[in-house]
Amino acid sequence: MIVDTNVHFDRWPTRRLPDDEPKRLLARLAEHDVAGAWVGSFDAVLHRDVAAVNQRLMKLCRIADRERLVPVGTINPTLPDWQEDLRRCAELHGMRALRVYPGYHGYALDDESAAELLTEAARLGILLQIVANLEDERTQHPLLRATGVDVEPLIAWMGRLPELHVMVLGARRPRTRPEVIEQLVSTGRVTFDLSMLEGAGCVAGWIEQFGHESLVFGSHAPLFAFESALLKIAESPLGELQRRAILAENAQRQLDQLAELP
Amino acid sequence: MIWDLHCHLGALPGRTPHERMAELMAYADRLGIERVVVFMGWPHAVDPDPDEMRRQNDQVLDALSHWHDRAFGFVYLNPNHVDASLREFQRCVVRGPMVGIKLWVARRCHDEALDPIIAAATEQRAIIYQHTWYKTTGNLEGESTPENLVALARRHPRATFICGHSGGNWELGIRAVRSVDNISIGLGGFDPTAGVVEMAVRELGATRVVFGSDAAGRSFGSQLGKVIGAEVSDADRNLILGGNLEQMLTPILRSKGTGS
Repeated sequence: MIVDTNVHFDRWPTRRLPDDEPKRLLARLAEHDVAGAWVGSFDAVLHRDVAAVNQRLMKLCRIADRERLVPVGTINPTLPDWQEDLRRCAELHGMRALRVYPGYHGYALDDESAAELLTEAARLGILLQIVANLEDERTQHPLLRATGVDVEPLIAWMGRLPELHVMVLGARRPRTRPEVIEQLVSTGRVTFDLSMLEGAGCVAGWIEQFGHESLVFGSHAPLFAFESALLKIAESPLGELQRRAILAENAQRQLDQLAELP
Repeated sequence: MIWDLHCHLGALPGRTPHERMAELMAYADRLGIERVVVFMGWPHAVDPDPDEMRRQNDQVLDALSHWHDRAFGFVYLNPNHVDASLREFQRCVVRGPMVGIKLWVARRCHDEALDPIIAAATEQRAIIYQHTWYKTTGNLEGESTPENLVALARRHPRATFICGHSGGNWELGIRAVRSVDNISIGLGGFDPTAGVVEMAVRELGATRVVFGSDAAGRSFGSQLGKVIGAEVSDADRNLILGGNLEQMLTPILRSKGTGS
């Protein structure tokens, strides 16, 4: 069983993708026994009417596959009255996870705009998916350039906000330094997806350095080939417990921990 | 049958080439990769002097020595040292077991200084792997673009070229090389973006698309996923995964009397 924590609907702004129609993407996920997919929207990267993006996403997930799809709304804390988007995601849509794109929305994790967002996410008991990268900076469209997100400021936030839970999507090494990863995962409240892990045996290498509890399966489909994430798992010699944890249980556990918050 | 065009000994544990090669092959085995092409030693040297070039090629020769049934080597050459490169080519390819050349980022490949190297490779029917990128963030001074490779390939129509990394920004790379039949693209060493294989097959034909990973810096799995997940026919997939590379290597392997 697989829980894919890093999936998007809608159009990637600079390219049509083989699976950018929900029907095709869902067929691909079904083919590989994906029991749960956490879905955001590429529209949220550039659209300013984020409320509409989240509403469409919610509706699409309900229609397409209510059982398997977990809609993950987007919050852009640089927009006026973003707090209302957050309220709607939490109260109206009942979302348990939200996705943010600091690199594309133009803020850093130690900015004022991040401070209130992180505080509110912790208060509401919402899992925050921080998208560190969507693309290699070397291959970005020249009119759509975004630098990778520095997650180091999160170390301080995790200390200040004991109820904050974070999943980092698309972290690239060595830019995200091992010391930073180590400190974040040691909190037990930060996980990383494997979509941009690279290197022969990279999953086994991660486990050796940071343990298997801190890694979750994220394909970054449909921008990335779903099979790439799956084959990274196959490439590494893993025990059954480690495999199950990374493929599904770690992600599920992180959501369950939030449900237990007072 | 899966053959990997593009592997390195860097980014692996191990004190010796043997240890690193064993590590590399253990990962390859887990994904059913039967054969690999290895080039360059460690640490990576962008503009190696003749001694360093020789040292790195010795590391690869050493790594190949126990894996002749499964691994091929390309000799790493530096066009800033043409005479030394020609000597290395003689040592490693003409008199040695290697079957291709690797050119990296020391000098842009459209430079006429490369011509004697390409002529030597063409005579031996060795494959020429040229690293190429169109980096949005800007190329290194000596880092070739696919267009630089096109200029070189037009001067050497009998040579067999691989456009490394498909130019990175593959939509540009594929377009750049499509009119030049003696250039194929290598699929390794960039993110596993969906659609690259479909575009390459559409624009170049499946016979000009070659699987490679750029392991151990890249994951075999992430790179293989580009081909396994692509919407192409099984026949085309088989060509990309190994058939094309086998075909390209057959002339030089026959001339060495080793077959494939």
